[in-house]
Amino acid sequence: MNRVVITGKGVYSCLGKNVVEVTEALKAGRSGIIYDPIRKEMGFRSALVGNVEIPDLKKEVGRKDRKAMPEQAMYAFVSTKEALTNAGMSQDFIDQNEVGILFGNDSTAGAVIEGVDLLRAKKDTTLIGSGNIFQSMNSTVTMNLSTIFRLKGVNFTISAACASGSHSIGMGYLLIKMGLQKQVICGGAQEINPYAFGSFDGIGTFSTQEDEPSKASKPFDKNRDGLVPSGGGATVILESLESAQARGANILAEIVGYGFSSNGEHISNPTKDGQVRALKMALEMGGVKPSEVDYVNAHATSTPVGDGFEAQAIHQVFGDNGPLVSSTKSMTGHECWMAGSSELVYCLLMMENGFVAPNINFNEPDEHSVKLNIPNKAVDKELNTIVSNSFGFGGTNSTLIIRKFAQ
Amino acid sequence: MIIMDKAQIIEKVNEFLMEEFEADAADIVADADMHEALDLDSLDYVDLVVLIDENFGFKTTSEDFQTITTFDDFYNFIASKVG
Repeated sequence: MNRVVITGKGVYSCLGKNVVEVTEALKAGRSGIIYDPIRKEMGFRSALVGNVEIPDLKKEVGRKDRKAMPEQAMYAFVSTKEALTNAGMSQDFIDQNEVGILFGNDSTAGAVIEGVDLLRAKKDTTLIGSGNIFQSMNSTVTMNLSTIFRLKGVNFTISAACASGSHSIGMGYLLIKMGLQKQVICGGAQEINPYAFGSFDGIGTFSTQEDEPSKASKPFDKNRDGLVPSGGGATVILESLESAQARGANILAEIVGYGFSSNGEHISNPTKDGQVRALKMALEMGGVKPSEVDYVNAHATSTPVGDGFEAQAIHQVFGDNGPLVSSTKSMTGHECWMAGSSELVYCLLMMENGFVAPNINFNEPDEHSVKLNIPNKAVDKELNTIVSNSFGFGGTNSTLIIRKFAQ
Repeated sequence: MIIMDKAQIIEKVNEFLMEEFEADAADIVADADMHEALDLDSLDYVDLVVLIDENFGFKTTSEDFQTITTFDDFYNFIASKVG
């Protein structure tokens, strides 16, 4: 079995357009949430959303490639370019090796609705244009990036609701561990247009505390009332240790565990037991004792039901006096399909810079979160072992564990 | 349907080719091979059908482009519909 390391990271989110900006925001506990009046006009219960600007790629990506890219593919392009640069992985290297790609994505609502609207208006399928089919398939991110970066390894998209971005890294880890791939670009992407979130808003999942957008997302707090949707792109470059060392790459961390499970119960309500099984599987795979974990980046989205189950699961696995726990969703909102990847990038930034990002807006614990060690201000701390949780609709659970690299 | 003379057609076509197809003005020469100059593939013809509908208000098909080689052929094809 191969050891699997991370040699590059990139992110484009409501906290910033690159890892430098995002690191500053994480340290400062700065929220990326805004009020979007357009959503209110459309009939949303909540107009809160992450502030993510669509990048202008005209100078970087040719017209033929650009027309096939919906917003989430653009975000993923930016984060992937940053990650490849960070990894020192050149196009020449990619051209000479079978570099793969696995990305988490679970919707293309904006492109689908745009195409259907055109069809209804024009009553002629040709007048939808040539780019829409490629924008509206769920695999749009991997199909676009594999073409632009001329990738020749594994190439598919993983759809697992809000755990998509985590499972994509987990699957890349397994492929490299088993010797089936040497380098895989892994990540997650999330569209942020209103169409992507209308029905999600409709089931009452979003926070309606609109008066102070930066204070709406409050994972684990007793007064939380729902999540705030956000989006963007996040990428990590995974390699076998042998590949990274042969390239002379800077190793950011080692992935030592990936746990997964399914609750087998309700479509939207999580369970403690499924999460505990994913956590224990990851710890066991990595030979990591709970007491060795320095920090847990929680999935906690700020929903009343979800955060309670996760707090119980973390407490069951780590016990009293467990590791520091925070949910970066307090600042980013819920980055949904991208969240598992962006949060692993946030963990890498914390590991690299020696701090734990705060769980902002955590002012009053509830009966379950009171048992966890949750900081609401950044904490300076050397982090050797980090756990990252991601859970999704349908009861899909994913836990990743990264460790500071040591020979 | 919009009625236009050939000069107006040329101006409008060149405008959308530069804007939407990011063509250099220097590459748009009346007797040059349009397919080569713009590096057109099968998907681009679909987008030309969309642009013709948006700019000249008539429907065409990508098969119509089989008889078009030069930019001038393209201008004349549009003139035959809207001239």
